[in-house]
Order: sequence, then structure tokens, then C-alpha cells
Amino acid sequence: MTPATPLLPPAHWRDFLALTKPRVMTLVVFTGLCGMLAAPVGVHPVIGFTAILCIALGAGAAGALNQWYESDIDAVMRRTQKRPLPDGRMDRQAALHFGVGLGAFSVLFMGVAVNIVAAAILTVSILFYVLVYTVWLKRRTPQNIVIGGAAGAFPPLIGWAAATGDIALLPVLLFLFVFLWTPPHFWALALFMKSDYAAAGVPMLPVVSGERTTRTQIGLYTIPMAAVAILPWPLGLTGGIYGIAAVLLTGLFALLAVRVAKRTTHADDAMKPEKALFKYSIVYLFVMFGALVVDRWFA
Amino acid sequence: MSLPDPDLIRSRQRGRARVMALLLGAFVILVFAISIAKIRAGVPH
Repeated sequence: MTPATPLLPPAHWRDFLALTKPRVMTLVVFTGLCGMLAAPVGVHPVIGFTAILCIALGAGAAGALNQWYESDIDAVMRRTQKRPLPDGRMDRQAALHFGVGLGAFSVLFMGVAVNIVAAAILTVSILFYVLVYTVWLKRRTPQNIVIGGAAGAFPPLIGWAAATGDIALLPVLLFLFVFLWTPPHFWALALFMKSDYAAAGVPMLPVVSGERTTRTQIGLYTIPMAAVAILPWPLGLTGGIYGIAAVLLTGLFALLAVRVAKRTTHADDAMKPEKALFKYSIVYLFVMFGALVVDRWFA
Repeated sequence: MSLPDPDLIRSRQRGRARVMALLLGAFVILVFAISIAKIRAGVPH
């Protein structure tokens, strides 16, 4: 008998829910839903609900497997040390089984109830987040969230594929938009959480290359992001409602990004511009996708 | 090393069983609704 394994009571069901990262899931579900509603064909409400449910379960599975793999990092970061695994409220094997089971269920259910294309993209997104981002990139390179950001960009593509069974230019642009939005969003967070990432040994850009480089990169990535955000309008893929919203909202994003890019951190810095960019970037993504759906309704 | 409190174990098991029962019930209803939707749409499964 090995005395190393601590005896834990069965985890509370709320801890399994926490393992799915519900807050991250809301953004994933929302962009997936908007991708579906932006599609040119209607989808039966029950099938649409099932597709969104599968996207949520797939995202939850990816989140659970991420927490299973990263429990050592989570234990040393203030932001994450109260999660079920680092806090000792759940054993690792339960988390692994839950993540694998939920992921397999979400993909199979999507394939059977919705369509194979959506199930295939959902599979790629889960594997990308777990294997490419979590296992491969996150601890190895400061480009982790640049390439790994693709995992979070799949939901609009899945939503569109769930409705049409196909992929078109607009969902590809939505994918690119979320992909290019991810670096400025995460690097703004990394700037004011730098010490946490450094303590955990995660090679985020501010830790590895310094704040100056990170600020410059935030500014540089905002340029293609802004172009892709507005592009559907001049291409005739959306109407004026989306176009005007995209120009105004992206303009504000660019202003906040430039403010962060031009700054230099000083002693006792509260990092307000960085926090403002991070918070706005979340609202920005929600409103941009919301504007897309409203635009479609009026088209 | 002390064993976890049996009452805590029972209460956790009860809570998880209830949530599982609710989820399985919801799953059955959803599968039924999907079947009806596909039959009405003329999809062969």
C-alpha cells in the first residue's frame, strides 16, 4: 500500500462545474450561438440548442483537461489557486475521467444529433486546446496564446457548420477575428498578472521578452485584428449595422490598445489602462458578435 | 491519515446522484425532442 495518495471525500458536484471554467464557457457559447444565428439558413430550435449544448460541453471538457494538466501551475498563481484541484477538493483521476468523458460525449452527441462537420471541428478545437495549447505550447514559448488562441476561435465556425453543414468565408473571418483578438486580450492580462505568471514559470511574453515588447506587440496585433473585424462589411458579407458597429467599437479598442502600447510601467503602477483594455476586450467581443446577429436579422 | 467523515461522503454522493438523475432525465427529454425534430424534417435517423 502506498501512503502517498491522500484520501479525499467524493468531490462536490459544484467542483465538477468549476472544472469546466463556466465564465470562459459563456464567451465560447455566445460566439458559437452568434456563428449559428449569422448563418444564412435557419436551424430547428432543438437542433440549434443541442449544437450549443455540445459546444458548451466540449469547451467544459477542454477546460477540465486543462485544469487537470495545469494543477501544479494553478497552485502557485493567486488567480487560480482556489480551483478544485490545487485547493485539494478533488482528486486528479476524477478530473481526468470527467474531462475525457465529457469531451467524448460532446463530440459523439454533436455528430449524431447535429452533423459530422460540426462534430469534426469541435473535435479539432478540443484537441487543439488540450494538446497544442495546454500540453505543448503553454510552458514552452511566449507564442503560446498566439497559436493557442485558435482553440477559442473555433466556436463561431462550429455554430455556422451546425446550421449549414458547411464552412464559408464569413465564419472563417470570424475565426480569424477571434484568433487575432486573443493576443492583445491575453497580453493585457499578462501585463498586470506578470508576477503570477513568472512565479508559475509560464513563459508569457511580459515575463520572457519584457513589458516594452509586449506593449509593442499589443499595438501591432491590433492592426490585423481591426482589419479583419471590419472586413466583412466592405466584402458585402454583412450590412451597415455590423459595419458601423465594427468601425466604432474597433476604433475604441485601437485607442485603448495604443494607450497601452505607448505607456511605460512605473513604480506602484495600478496598471489601469491595461485593466481597461482587458475588460473592454471582453465587452468588445460580445458586442461585435451581437451586432453581427442584429445585422443579420435586419438584412 | 484520517478517513473522510462518512456523513460528508454520503451527503456528497446524494448530491451527485441527484444532479446525475436530473441530467439523465434532461438528456432523455432532449433525445426525444431531437428525434421528433428529425422525423418532422424527414431526416432518416
